[in-house]
Amino acid sequence: MKFLYEFFEKNRPSKDSLMYYPYEAGETFMFTPKTVTGSKGAHVRDAIDLKRMMMTVIIAMIPALLFGIYNVGEMHAVATGAEMGFGDKVLFGAIRVIPIIIAAYAGGGLVEVVFGALRKHPINEGLLVTGMLIPLVVPASIPLWQVFVASAFAVLIGKEVFGGTGMNILNVALTARAFLYFAYPAQISGDKVWFDLADATAVDGFTGATFLGLASSASSEGIEVAKYAAEATASWSAGLYSAENLFFGFIPGSIGETSTLAVLLGALILVGTRVGSGRIILATVLGAMGMGLIMNAFGANTYMQMPAYYHLIAGGFAFGAVFMATDPVTAAQTDTGKWIYGALIGILTVIIRVWNPAYPEGIMLAILLMNVLAPLVDYYVVEANKKRRLKRATV
Amino acid sequence: MSKNITLKKGFDIKLKGKAELNLLNVDQPETFALKPTDFVGMIRPKALVKEGDTVKAGTPILFDAKQEGVMYTAPVSGEVVGIIRGEKRRLMEVRILADKEIQYVEFPKYTDLASVSKEDAKTAMLSSGVWPQLVQRPYAVVANPSQEPKAVFVSGFDSHPLAPDYEFLFKGQEQYLQAGIDILKKFAPEVHVTTNGKAGSSILAGLNATQHKVSGPHPAGNVGVQIHHINPINKGEVVWTINPFGLLQIGKLFLEGKYDASKLVAVAGSELNKTGYVQTYLGANVKKMVEGNLAQDNVRVISGNVLTGSSIEKDGYVGFYDHVISVLPEGDKPRFFLKDGWLGFITDRLSFHKAWGLLGGASKEYALDTSLNGEERAFVMTGAFEKVVPMDILPTHLIKAIMAKDYDNMEALGLYEVAEEDLALCEFIDVSKHDVQGIIREGIDMLRLS
Repeated sequence: MKFLYEFFEKNRPSKDSLMYYPYEAGETFMFTPKTVTGSKGAHVRDAIDLKRMMMTVIIAMIPALLFGIYNVGEMHAVATGAEMGFGDKVLFGAIRVIPIIIAAYAGGGLVEVVFGALRKHPINEGLLVTGMLIPLVVPASIPLWQVFVASAFAVLIGKEVFGGTGMNILNVALTARAFLYFAYPAQISGDKVWFDLADATAVDGFTGATFLGLASSASSEGIEVAKYAAEATASWSAGLYSAENLFFGFIPGSIGETSTLAVLLGALILVGTRVGSGRIILATVLGAMGMGLIMNAFGANTYMQMPAYYHLIAGGFAFGAVFMATDPVTAAQTDTGKWIYGALIGILTVIIRVWNPAYPEGIMLAILLMNVLAPLVDYYVVEANKKRRLKRATV
Repeated sequence: MSKNITLKKGFDIKLKGKAELNLLNVDQPETFALKPTDFVGMIRPKALVKEGDTVKAGTPILFDAKQEGVMYTAPVSGEVVGIIRGEKRRLMEVRILADKEIQYVEFPKYTDLASVSKEDAKTAMLSSGVWPQLVQRPYAVVANPSQEPKAVFVSGFDSHPLAPDYEFLFKGQEQYLQAGIDILKKFAPEVHVTTNGKAGSSILAGLNATQHKVSGPHPAGNVGVQIHHINPINKGEVVWTINPFGLLQIGKLFLEGKYDASKLVAVAGSELNKTGYVQTYLGANVKKMVEGNLAQDNVRVISGNVLTGSSIEKDGYVGFYDHVISVLPEGDKPRFFLKDGWLGFITDRLSFHKAWGLLGGASKEYALDTSLNGEERAFVMTGAFEKVVPMDILPTHLIKAIMAKDYDNMEALGLYEVAEEDLALCEFIDVSKHDVQGIIREGIDMLRLS
């Protein structure tokens, strides 16, 4: 790799050049810089850097991504009744998903590089994660240009205007999703988008509603949620919304969100490597479970009577709890704060799902809301620490 | 009112090349130096000698124009051969070419320490050169003689990587250690001595002082962490800290009437052929300890430990407060990302974070180099600092308060209680590669000089 290193050394642009930071990004990507520690202070440093940390998050997302690619094909087969083998399904999914990933990296990357060059700051590794998260939280049928625009918007408005990586208030990937939700609702909500039909026609009796969509209709019909969901799909895919399918992920939904199992694998990687906060994940699950049980206790309609654990396996709850809520920049930063932050996300998710007819999926709004409130949560935790310190003083 | 303290937070960095417990056969260095830069609080160092002057051990050679009473004296007798100045003619080093036989300045000698008055003790300590061994908190600077401390703290063990073994350093010197404690009891109502709860016995455990046992990973041995758990510092209070070596010097000053700067220095690190201890004096030149003892040439010599020390030349001088020389490989090589860089499968570098691929266990001994292992970035990771600071302090918020120059929050979040060394592990584990200790000192200076 010596020639490559020499190539970088020879062609390095000057620090004033617009090309400096994009160039540096490429160089530091290929070679860890030979920078050594200062003459005072810690002379040895931990082997980790931000690149490696971000890469760990991407690796944690791979199970969800791979399953998502397969499931896009699987759902196509279910909706159109087409005979497809495993390979066909994966191929169908890959053709749909990979361009979306490229569009997301391109949109966000463009903004990141332009800002890095103009404002003279290093290109940040956070983009690696953001660019992978966005494809996983959109349906496969989404137009590519919308992904590109949403990704660019999210990096620009969600992050760069606040001063770049580490300074943002809202989770960047969720900002992209919220942008799509409000700017192009037809392509990311309702019951037309979750199965990627391509040019084929759907089977007879097909309804594209997701489980959460059906759950909220069930309450107005007064029928038990699971039964209602089973009836809605009985004529074309019996048992589509069984609890097992919800858990394993053979259901329609955003590309990476459907499989609780795949997300759990990711959670194991994140928590095992200590990159993601297990505290937040656990608190979110406990919050949702607790609120689900409270709903059961009231049981005013059939949605409220739905077993609480359904909230954990339905929709994007697991994905949000593991990959979105744990974003260290936008989450609460104190240990106590993380418990409160996570629990409130879980509680709010269930409340929004059950009580708000407009948003069948509650986790996105719950996390965005708690992103905004996280500094407040931290504020009180920090104040408590200061008070403890002051109390000790005798004067 | 002794306490047993068990700390859970922290991290032991196990490095290859811990000093073996025997004396190395190394010739006595020819020159010794006192470096004003070792005293972080010193604002205007002034030299009291010129090149060519002869001095005895205990002759004042420099002082701080902002704190005139405290004398910094020659560790050995001999001729002043160099007064080194840096930028803006700031005094950097006073070098002394040592006599073969050390001559001592005579100070009053006592057989009964109870008869020494506090005033006499203070005068003797200030003029002889032992006073700078007393470091005060808040601010972690040389103690201000005009202030009354609420207690004195002595940490009886060092938990840093490659730390010297205090049992070896202070073996057989109990009487001087006790004399040092007895003198300091005149200044403060209590003298607290801590020993390592994990170790079986300790020389210091037998001393007549308020004894505590502390166990846990590094920074359990840091005096700041111990103070926090034993008798924390509140606004307006002052405590003094002193290394057992300082106790020795005070003890010898009063029992023998001389400023005895002889000390053992551990020579450690993965790049040395032979590690061990060297019997020498404060401020020794390291050339003879290092020369001919290196496994390779591209090394960094550090006076002190690898977390808080300062890098020195291969013929530089041991710092005033240091008891160890650490020699590490320089890490100034680029690394290809797939091979041994940021995406490589790495087992020979240590990480507190268990991130993917860094599969080595923390119990193994590592030969770490000085590579930064990454580039400086904005703060992204949270919660990690809190895992290595065993105090009721929120390090991330404290650091951010300093960066924002928020004086009220610096105070309220505990800056009075910490020194750089207490957050050195934060600097080690920081994913964003910030100069955490530099930031802490900046904050301390902001409060101290405001």
